[in-house]
Amino acid sequence: MTPDPADALPAVEARGVEYSYPARRIGRGATGDRAVGPAKALAGLEFRVAPGEIYGFLGPNGGGKTTLFRILATLAPPERGTIQVFGADLHGQAREVRRRLGVVFQNPSLDLQLTVAENLTHQGQLYGLSGRDLAARIERQMGRFRLTDRRDQRAKELSGGLRRRAEIAKALLHEPRLLLLDEPSTGLDPAARRDLWDTLQELQGEGVTVLLTTHFMEEGDRCDRLALIDRGRMVAEGAPAALKEEIGGDVVTLTGPDPTALARDLAARFPELAPEVREGTVRLERERAHEWVARLVEALPGRINAVTVARPTLEDVFLHRTGNRLYGGEEAA
Amino acid sequence: MTAVWSLWRRELVRFFRQPSRVAGAAGSPLLFWLFIGSGLSGSFRLPGAENVGYLEYFFPGTVTLVVLFAAIFSTISIIEDRREGFLQGVLAAPVPRAAIAAGKVLGGATLAWLQGAAFLLLAPVAGLRLDAPALLKAAGVLALLAVALTAIGFAFAWSVDSVQGFHAVMNLILVPLWLLSGAVFPLTGAPAWLAALMRIDPLTYGVAALRWTFYGPTAALGEGIPGPAAALAILAALGGVAFAADLWVMRRGRLE
Repeated sequence: MTPDPADALPAVEARGVEYSYPARRIGRGATGDRAVGPAKALAGLEFRVAPGEIYGFLGPNGGGKTTLFRILATLAPPERGTIQVFGADLHGQAREVRRRLGVVFQNPSLDLQLTVAENLTHQGQLYGLSGRDLAARIERQMGRFRLTDRRDQRAKELSGGLRRRAEIAKALLHEPRLLLLDEPSTGLDPAARRDLWDTLQELQGEGVTVLLTTHFMEEGDRCDRLALIDRGRMVAEGAPAALKEEIGGDVVTLTGPDPTALARDLAARFPELAPEVREGTVRLERERAHEWVARLVEALPGRINAVTVARPTLEDVFLHRTGNRLYGGEEAA
Repeated sequence: MTAVWSLWRRELVRFFRQPSRVAGAAGSPLLFWLFIGSGLSGSFRLPGAENVGYLEYFFPGTVTLVVLFAAIFSTISIIEDRREGFLQGVLAAPVPRAAIAAGKVLGGATLAWLQGAAFLLLAPVAGLRLDAPALLKAAGVLALLAVALTAIGFAFAWSVDSVQGFHAVMNLILVPLWLLSGAVFPLTGAPAWLAALMRIDPLTYGVAALRWTFYGPTAALGEGIPGPAAALAILAALGGVAFAADLWVMRRGRLE
């Protein structure tokens, strides 16, 4: 393969990206995020994705990930700011960008009335492929995603996992340099999820840059680098391990009959612990936390029902940075 | 262009895989024609052509309605494509927006034309004796009509966000256009205000062109209806304007 001059450029470079929805009607992703007034979905995002990287956007549903994804997929230009894909402007050079882009939508873009092979043929033709070259590419992708024996089955007859496989096969037909995936694990069983990640890592080995959105922290953990997104802003960026290191040690969770009083009394006895009440539990971050367990329980006898010591997760990082949880309750006060 | 051909072909494949659509598009105009045509045949007198019964008078209008319904049903697929997610895949592909519109419109128009042309074969039932040249000319007019109506449907289907919204458009705009086209009642004898509306209805010229292919220059079209050449030019212009509108609505790209 001849070196492509685009290799030297960042796969994606975004500056000051803003997008807001009109007041009338707001986002209607598969998860049904909604709001009332004119809402800022993206408020000045900046990021840079290196070629060959697996880069993830992790955040709660409704945090702006899907909006960002649609903008990256060239479905709408950002209101403010610029995005370049291998040096080509997303808006001004949309066709250049589209040629380099493989898009895997969360809501599959397969035509349900067409067979797997017909869907792939149609996709190839949209990308200007035809004849023997297209046929060979279709065979290759169907082989890779174990779809060969499903070729004449209509998409509507496929299971969710198979549809996702067909969707990815479709996105890879024209050998994109950048693969975009919107919540790729949603609706997949654990085995299909493992398969998906094997494929993504294989693609990375082939030099493909992978950019995905997710609200699963397990998936965030597998990215090379990760941006945590909350309410249209990036609240943290870095390798998952580095992000978790900022927590400084372990996360201790205490449960007891009266968490508020427990936190107050703990803070009085050990001000350096800075305990916080989060959703009915007392939470603190500490290095060598196991050494504290006995001291805490002894210091407040009968007040603590259970103690958990855990390595910090990306959810802890998210909580630490935003005060909100990734899952469940909207506001974890 | 491969993309246009691919999108065109997809429309046809989808249509023939959903048998209910095949029956639905031609079924209701056929019933309209039989019931209304037979019901009014006793009381209807066409000024200037008293020998034409209502079943016969209503026939070109019914063919137009078949094309209109078929065009509407095929453009509703845009709303489905959007909901099912197919459309986003097409929009993310390196295909000019004009090629996407052309593929969709030509695909839908082909389906509409096929259904209209099939209905033409019922002409003998209406008492019309059409020779081969007349049939060919009529098929040509139907092709123009199909492209124009599908392009109009496309613009509306792209702009509304639900099938219900599209039904409202259909009932408030498209069906009235058809009602005023001379399909149901002749221009001659209509009250002046109604006749004026009929003259500015572009579909009037589609129905007139169709009558002209059936009856030749002697067709009783009513005063103020220009000759066949002008009627065809108006029909072609309607298609062109509607296609330009399609491109315009596609450009206003916002996220939903």
